[in-house]
Amino acid sequence: MIQIKDLHKSYHMGSNSLHVLKGINFNVKEGELVSIMGSSGSGKSTLLNILGMLDEADEGSYVLDGVPIKNLNEKVAAKYRNEFLGFIFQSFNLINYKSAVDNVALPMFYKGIARKERVEKARHYLEKVGLADWGHHLPSELSGGQKQRVAIARALASEPKVLLADEPTGALDTTTSYEVMDLIQGINDEGKTILVVTHEDDIAHMTKRIVNLKDGIIIDDSPVEQVRAKQYV
Amino acid sequence: MFNKDRWDEILEALNANKVRTALTAFGVFWGITILVLLLALTNGLRNGVTSDFGNFATNSMFMWSQRTSISYKGIPKGKRLQYKISDVEAIRAEIPELKYISPRNSLGGYQGANNVIRGTKTGAFQIYGDYPEFIKQKPMDILEGRFLSYSDINAKRKICVIGPDVVKGLYDKDEAVIGSYIKINGVNFKVVGTFKITNSQGDSEEEANTVFIPFTTFNQAFNYGDRVSWMAITAKDGFSITSIKERVFDIIKSRKNVHPDDDRAIGHFDRAEAFGRINGLFNILAIVGYFVGILILASGVIGINNIMLIVVKERTKEIGVRRALGATPWMIKGQILQESLILTILSGMLGVAFAAFVIWGMNSVLDSVGPVENFANPSVSMTVVVVALTILVLAGVLAGLIPANRATKMKPVDALRIE
Repeated sequence: MIQIKDLHKSYHMGSNSLHVLKGINFNVKEGELVSIMGSSGSGKSTLLNILGMLDEADEGSYVLDGVPIKNLNEKVAAKYRNEFLGFIFQSFNLINYKSAVDNVALPMFYKGIARKERVEKARHYLEKVGLADWGHHLPSELSGGQKQRVAIARALASEPKVLLADEPTGALDTTTSYEVMDLIQGINDEGKTILVVTHEDDIAHMTKRIVNLKDGIIIDDSPVEQVRAKQYV
Repeated sequence: MFNKDRWDEILEALNANKVRTALTAFGVFWGITILVLLLALTNGLRNGVTSDFGNFATNSMFMWSQRTSISYKGIPKGKRLQYKISDVEAIRAEIPELKYISPRNSLGGYQGANNVIRGTKTGAFQIYGDYPEFIKQKPMDILEGRFLSYSDINAKRKICVIGPDVVKGLYDKDEAVIGSYIKINGVNFKVVGTFKITNSQGDSEEEANTVFIPFTTFNQAFNYGDRVSWMAITAKDGFSITSIKERVFDIIKSRKNVHPDDDRAIGHFDRAEAFGRINGLFNILAIVGYFVGILILASGVIGINNIMLIVVKERTKEIGVRRALGATPWMIKGQILQESLILTILSGMLGVAFAAFVIWGMNSVLDSVGPVENFANPSVSMTVVVVALTILVLAGVLAGLIPANRATKMKPVDALRIE
């Protein structure tokens, strides 16, 4: 599903240049649940941004579902993001003046799906994350865990190939974190490819494979025994 | 472009901060209100002043005789000219661009001695000898009977058409006017019509005291021979009296042995020129109105521009999220532009409506207190409204352009990082 070869990325700030990714090689097969770990500054967020086509690599190749991601203009990048990817953010990033249903429906709006179908699907995904009765609520009326569930429903709504989660439990307490991870595991069980960036060990162990980043290179990439979040919920 | 989803998106965004939206909209609302009101007031002044000007055909002049100021061909200066019927015919023959040439004579006048008698009643009225086409130059409503006709002219019939104050002065209420006789300077005239001059403020009293009789009858009855006191001359549509009048003067000068440079021998009043001058003044006033109105509107538009910049800045992260979810830069730009456009147009239309309401109020006050000098019927034409709306659309796009570009300038990854 994802093939990355010799990926480099540097940031330039004035005369200083910061080499963040120093040759990343890594593949993700369909249906995998991978966590990317590393301390801050290790380059894990940069890697996720490049995977999410929000940022572009300086060197190296990136192939997503057989499509080479290279030199995209913003219009094509937007289209690919919409078709291939679902984003889950640490701070949820829901649009605060839109109800839960409308938030979930937003990616489908950009896809050009008619309103009626959009709302129907959005309700379906809200039901899937256990928020069937919360559709008309604004984000401000939801708890942190509920917000992240809405965000997950939104990420699923465009039926993406890959879910990219950037510290999805970073803003949540332990119990809520496990609930969210349970949901993510459930989605993975249905076959969805998911990448999770985290710096929490317990969260990382709830995935099936841990990629460890340090100073811009992968120092360790190994499958792990998946801990089911269900038992803590 | 404007499907329901877009509308919902935009209205949601505008509703998200109602007070700010309303205050921003007020700037444009106020600007367009003032623009429309200024133009309406200019129009009111124009209507007021031009109606004082009377309703005589605009493309006309009056020409009367004066004394020569240059001696010519052995005739010393200071000779008084006397127009004749033959002069009128000569002008008519030589200048086909003229529509009407009405020779006129008059008797009596404002506050003159009593000159009209009917039974025991007498009155001092203005008596005019006129041709039938005069009614085309000075529109009036024939209330009863008819105006003068060419058979009256040819037969030199002793008939007359009288104004409302003449009727009031000589007749009792409910008395039949048509067919009765009045005595003008000792000569009996049969009344064949009554008239009223509408839309005339300045000279209404004098005009109401007027009696029209056929020109030929006038000259015969009152011993004028073939003399003509003055002429009312109207040019055909498409020709300007101002450019034709010199040719008329030249004909008179050569017929009357007046020195070609002696402009003081012929007196005239060029209505087209005077009217044009007044109209020009009001055109300038209208331009000033547009100028001031648009400047005020511009400050409203800058307000919208400003607030949209703030909105874009505030929503940087939201825009980043939307782009992560698959919004193309053009979708984002389009939304910002449309928000600004809708805000501008909605507030502008409210402004137009409010201004129309104020104008309506002014008109109903004017109607109830009666005519005010130099001011009548403030109004704006549909053209002005269309122009105002065009300005609004342009302004809305302009106001949204910079913010829309700002919104997509940042890379999505940077936009998402903003807290």
